[in-house]
Order: sequence, then C-alpha cells, then structure tokens
Amino acid sequence: MSIARPKAVRTLAAIAAIGVIATGCSSDRDNGGDSGGSGSTGTFVFGAAGDPASLDPSLASDGETFRVTRQVFETLIDHKPGTSELEGGLAETWESNDTGTEWTFNLRDGVTFHDGSDLTGEVVCANFDRWYNWSGTYQNTTLSYYWQTIFGGFANNENDETPEANYVGCTAPDELTAVIEVAQPSANYPGGFSLAAFGIHSGPALEAYAEDDASGEGDAITFPGYSQEAGTVAGTGAFKVDGWNKGNGEVSLSRFDDYWGETAGVEKLVFQTIPEESARRQALQSGDIHGYDLVAPADVKTLSDAGFQVPTRDVFNIFYLGITQDSNPALENLDVRTAIAHALDRQNLVDTQLPEGGVVATQFMPDTVAGYSDNVTTYDYDPELAQQLLADAGEENLTLTFCYPTEVTRPYMPSPADLYEVMRADLEAVGITVQPKALKWNPDYTEVTRDGGCNLYLLGWTGDFNDGYNFLGTWFANYQKEWGFENEELFDLLERASTEPDVEARVALYEEANEFVMDFLPGVPISSSPPSIAFSADVNPPTVSPLTQEVFAEASFK
Amino acid sequence: MSSVKQERGVDLKVLRLIVRRLLQLIPTLAGLSVLLFLWLNRLPGGPTAALLGERATEADRRQIEAALGLDQPVWVQYGRFLRRLAELDLGTSVQTGRPVWEEFTTRFPATVELGLTALLIAVVIGIPLGYLAAARRGTWLDVGAVSGSLLGICIPVFFLAFLLKSVFAVNLGWLPSVGRQSNDINATEVTGFRVLDGILTGEFDASWDAIVHLVLPALALASIPLAIIVRMTRASVLEVLGEDYVRTAESKGLRRQVVRARHVLRNALLPVVTTIGLLTGQLLSGAVLTESVFAFNGIGNFLRTAIDGRDYPVLMGFIMFIALLYVVINLLVDLAYSLIDPRVRVH
Repeated sequence: MSIARPKAVRTLAAIAAIGVIATGCSSDRDNGGDSGGSGSTGTFVFGAAGDPASLDPSLASDGETFRVTRQVFETLIDHKPGTSELEGGLAETWESNDTGTEWTFNLRDGVTFHDGSDLTGEVVCANFDRWYNWSGTYQNTTLSYYWQTIFGGFANNENDETPEANYVGCTAPDELTAVIEVAQPSANYPGGFSLAAFGIHSGPALEAYAEDDASGEGDAITFPGYSQEAGTVAGTGAFKVDGWNKGNGEVSLSRFDDYWGETAGVEKLVFQTIPEESARRQALQSGDIHGYDLVAPADVKTLSDAGFQVPTRDVFNIFYLGITQDSNPALENLDVRTAIAHALDRQNLVDTQLPEGGVVATQFMPDTVAGYSDNVTTYDYDPELAQQLLADAGEENLTLTFCYPTEVTRPYMPSPADLYEVMRADLEAVGITVQPKALKWNPDYTEVTRDGGCNLYLLGWTGDFNDGYNFLGTWFANYQKEWGFENEELFDLLERASTEPDVEARVALYEEANEFVMDFLPGVPISSSPPSIAFSADVNPPTVSPLTQEVFAEASFK
Repeated sequence: MSSVKQERGVDLKVLRLIVRRLLQLIPTLAGLSVLLFLWLNRLPGGPTAALLGERATEADRRQIEAALGLDQPVWVQYGRFLRRLAELDLGTSVQTGRPVWEEFTTRFPATVELGLTALLIAVVIGIPLGYLAAARRGTWLDVGAVSGSLLGICIPVFFLAFLLKSVFAVNLGWLPSVGRQSNDINATEVTGFRVLDGILTGEFDASWDAIVHLVLPALALASIPLAIIVRMTRASVLEVLGEDYVRTAESKGLRRQVVRARHVLRNALLPVVTTIGLLTGQLLSGAVLTESVFAFNGIGNFLRTAIDGRDYPVLMGFIMFIALLYVVINLLVDLAYSLIDPRVRVH
C-alpha cells in the first residue's frame, strides 16, 4: 500500500494535468469561441426539432428540411419578410397571360450559384423539366409530394393513381427569361412557385444529380446519394452547405460571399437537431444554441422574463374540431353540428391554452389570407342554445368518440391533451357523452382520423402560401373520409375557384365558399395561433415569418 | 506435464464454451426475428402513414405500400427480409432513406462511448463504495450509500437528466446540455469514438470537448447501474465477510488488507461481475431515454424515432444487433467469471 499510494497520486495528478492542458486548448464555451460575442460574425446555432430528410428540397415535404434548404436554395417568387405577401425572388417580376396558363419570369441579372455558374432562363427550365421528367421511384409521393400537388403528374405517369400532369413545358426566350406553360389555370399559381420545394439548382448540379438515382427496391425508398451529403448540391442562397454530420445531427452552412443580395450577417449557420422541446429550451438557456422553434406556450413567459427574445409571428394557420359526418347519423344533422359549435367556449380556449397572439377562428382560413369573409355565420358560446338544438334534434343522449393525439406539438395545436380536456368539459356540459380516444400522433392518429375513424377529432393546417385554395381546397374540394360528407355544390364552387385565372374573381369565390362552409358547418374552426420561436439576447434574430420561413441571412450577433 | 495437460483442457473447455454459445446464437436470433416480424406487423398504423404525414390521400398510401412491398403477405415480406439478411443487407430506413447499416454505424460509436463511460462511472464508484459500506457497516457511510443507492434506483432517468442539466448546464453553465461535441470543433473522424479520435489524431481539445459533453448524460445513465452495483457489492461483501475461510485467513495472521483484497473482494466480486454483464445490456435500453433528453445522436435516440415512425427495417436491424450484442456481452462475462474464479474453469 505504501508503494501504491504515490502511484495513485501520480496517476491522478497526470489525469488532472491532461485535463488542465486540454481545457486550455479547448474553446471557451461561455464566450462561444467564435460563436457569437459582441460584434462577432461567427457561428449561429439553431436548434431544430428533427433532422432534414434531404439536402434537395424538391424531394422533401417536411418543415425541418425546408428550414435548412431555404437558406441554400431560392425560388422564383419569394415572400416579403414577415408576411405571406408574394414578392420577387430569383425572378424580379412575373406575369401570366389572360388565361393563367403561361407564366413569364423575368430573372435577376448577375445571380451566381454556389458552384460559380450563372442563373439563366435555361437553368430554370432545366429544373422544371427535371421534375416533370422524373420516373421510377421519383414518381412516388414520398419524393415528389409538392410537384404532384402543384403541377400534377409527370411526362410519363407510371402509376394509375398519379394525377394528370398540368405542367406542359418551359422555354427560355432569352438569357434572363423563363416561360412556364401549364395546361389549366390553377389557384396553385403563382403561389406554388414560392414553395421551398421548387428552389432552383445550378446546371452542373443537375447534371451530377442525373448520375445518382433514388431507388425504391426492398422495403424503403433510398434517397439519392447527392442529397445526403455536402458537395454536390448548389443553389443561389446566402449560405452554402459545408457539411452534414449525421453522427452529431448537425447541418453546417457557411456564408456565400458572392451572394447577389446582402451577404449573411453570420459566417456560419448550424442547424443542430434536438428533438425534445425541453432539451431545446435548456440548450438555449445554457447558451448551447442561439434560437429554436416551436416553443411550448408555457415557456414563452419564462423565456421572455429571463431576457430571451420571443418574437410573435403573424398567424397563418387554422386549428379545428373535425367532424366525420358519416361516422354517426346524428352528425349528419346540421342542428347537431350547430349545437357542438355553440357548446364550445373557444374564447376561453384561446385565452387559456394558446400562445399570445392567438385568435378565435370564424372560418377555415386566417384573416391574413385573401378570400377571408367578414360575412360568415358565426357561432357564439351559448350552452343553453346548444342544449335546445340537441333536444330539438332528439339527441339529448348523444355519445361521441373524440380523438386527440398524444406526444405531439403542432404549430397550431401546442398541447392537444389540454385542448381536448377543455373541449370535452364544454361538450359534456351540454349533455354530450364524450368517449376519449387518445392516439399516438404518428402514424396512428393521422391514419385513424384520415380514415374517418373518429366522430370528432382535433387537427389543423399551416398554409404553404397565400391562396385560399391552399386552405379550403385542402379539405373541401371533394369527398374525404375524415369529413365524411358529399356536397356537390361546395365541391363545384371550389373547383370554379381553383380554375379561375382572375385573382379578384377567385378571391370573391373563396369568400363565397367560406360563407357556404360556415353555413354547412362541416367542422368547427377553433383558432389561429402563432407558433412561438425564441432567440438568445445576444443576437439580432431574423424577421419571423407567418409561414415559418425565416431567412437566417438576416441574423447577426449584437 | 499434468499441469500443461490441465491447461490445455481448460483452454479447450473455454473454446468449447465460446463455440457452443456462438452456435446458440443461431436459433436465438432466428426465433427473435420471427417474433419481431410478427410483433411489428401487429402494431397499429404502419410506415406509410408515418411517411406520408397528415395530408396524404388514400391513393398516396396505396402507391407507397406497393412500392415498399407492404401490400404483400407477411411471410413474403419475412422471406425478403431473410434473403437480404443472408446477403448482409439490413435494408433501408423508411424514415431517412439511408441504409440501416449506415445509420447504425454512424450512431453506434456514440452509444458505446456513452454506455462505457456510464459503466466506468458505475463500476469505479460503485464497487469501492459498496465495499466500504459493507466494511464499515452501520456507519454514516453505510447508511449514506444504501439510501443514496435507493434514491438512484427510484429517480426516473429522464427526471435526473433534466435535473442535472438544470443545475450544471443552465444555472452553473459548467457543462453543455446537448450533443456530442461543440459546433466550433472541427474534429477529424477516425473511429467515430470522439474521445479516442481526439487522442489518435492529437486533437486533445476535441477529446476534452467530447469528454465534457459525455459527463451529464453518462452520469444520468449511470445512476441505476451505480445504485445496483453499490447494493450488490455491499450485500456480497457482507456475505463473504462471514465465511469461515475469511476467519481462517485472519486467524492465520494475514494482514487485514490482504485478506480483504484476496479473499473477500475477489469472492464477493463474482455475482457483481454477473450483474455488470446484465447491466451492460440494460444500458442500451437506458440510452434510449438519456440520448433523447441530451440530443445525443446514438442508436437509442434513433430507435425512439424509428418506433414513432414504424421504421420496420431499422427496428428489425437494430434490435437484432442489440440482441447479438447482449449475447456476446454475456459470453464475455462468463469468460471473465472463469478468470476471477478458477473453479469455473475446472468444472
């Protein structure tokens, strides 16, 4: 023992020395190394809720992918910062012919891609032609969801279920013009051209992509290699992709110095995946990250009081109580649906359960969308009237299944279980017996509600772009199991709106549709509420966007 | 000569043990694969819903089911799985679209690094503490160790993780709260084990940064194994202390330290080693929670998202591999057992 002790002491001393030396070598976490500090242009770290699926946005349909790719790729049309209003993107201006079938884009001069090549009309056409000519696995909605939603099918549809293509072709009459032709006018244009999925890639990058196919053999779809690592993808955005460290759950971007607009305020931008909301909050509080999205409403005040910045977005979503009419004969009776609407104290729900900035919804679109009507039938909280309506309908002993999701936070629905509880109490107060059905969000809940397996359910929608069809058309353009009704008058009205090329006439049709929907009452719109985003005190955050499309090039350190 | 023969006999026995245990793996894994496959197919929902999200249509679903072969009978799907397994192909993750093997190898070093650190903490603290608690039975140290270990078993790992982060990351700012390495560290990757890579490449700051990131998750993950090891060691040492051979050794006049080290601790360690082997396997399941809370990108974290997303190929591949690992660890424990206790080798 007498020998062992000095040995142990020496070992401990050696470990301590290594620690001290290594600490000396390591960067100072509190100062963030080059990650911030006063006047620094260093690394901005944003906590993302999930990994991106791909570095090629055209293959994706999820918000976390677009959050990253929106910094790298730009679209022909963009949104004014902080609004859902369209403005020039890579195209300074755009116009359509009278029938809405030919869209001409006048491109910016002097735009270069990250690989040094130039933006031209031909490159734009090459992008659209690539999507249109996709074959094999690419025709699966998992990889081409937005193409199929906005432009229909492909040059050669390989599946009967795939819709007919609405895209006809693209021509480049000169260097800085691209003309895109579609078969039918649609409410999807021009808003669809602003979707992150249609970010423009460089010519050389497109050639490289062609060498590297996605495959769909076996039990999953394999993303093409180029979309899974830095090096090949090239856009025109203020940041270029440096690396994707899947082991760390980090995507690293760096400032593109030849950007055509104002260069980014930070040298590096890192998206670090932190799936747990509480872990994201603690990471912000401990200085590990500079910002994160989808802040729990309960944390907003705590963070604000502690000096963090929690800017409020404009609302661009709808949270609703869905009603599946053909799942229960009682629900096919308008009086019963009206009773349900009057039974819910939606103002109380907004005041107590939703983040600041939330408002009661009077229809199935927020007031920021063109087509919102001030003349819809409204349904105030009136439990007596609800009871009366149920009695008149002979449904005093009505029992309904009510589905709500667990383990999930949606931008429009921060805490589903709590929201359910408030609504359940309201419904039971007017004599409706509620049978709760709590389901895991993904895949159980989405599948059961979509299949019409619930009498009542909670769901919502965040708009992709500012057009009424992106809201109303999503739900009421045709028979859907989740709503369980056939209403040809409504379907026709939305079909007319969808193909109306004149914007003013289309907006009028949306207003009419909103009024029709709120008389028919297929469900109860509950609220529109802004999903919260938080930043540390030492940064100038980007302008927050109602579409959750923040441009991080605007961010800088104080 | 006889001792050489005996040695050879022992070597053969060990070899036979290894071969037998490895052969046992085949039916174990085959049975597991059938059970897993049936279980996964019984789960409500499926990967299509997880993949397509909330706005997909019935047509979308049919299309993707056909593409993934999920519209075929279970036995056809199982046959396809076996065929691919024979070609050492674990398939592709439904969620990420990347090969399962690639997902596994990217994340496995993180989990091993975390698990080994947690185990190291549990063993280095647990055995001496358990021993001291037994040797000084009834003292404040004993009471402290016993009640502390009870607390360690009772506190849920995620709550402890939250607490540790609140104190050491948020309030004191001493340690990072998430991830495996700081964003500003550009470490060279060799093996994927961050601490080791830093040492191999001479990037000691990267190594240190990785160690700093390991502290809180490893402490959280170590809490239950540590508590179990303390209690196990204490009970085992107490039992051995009362044995005749200990009294005989002491009465022979051997020094107390020698008796404790050679006779007490060595014998007392036998059940502890078995427990450590079992705990090593359990660390993998503990990692699911710990990795989620600390955004530590290991297989535990990925398994959680795979369950959420009904990512069948990932679940099949990962769980099969974990089972394989569990069996191998137990084999190693048995071998370690024979090193500590020569009687095991002879019999």
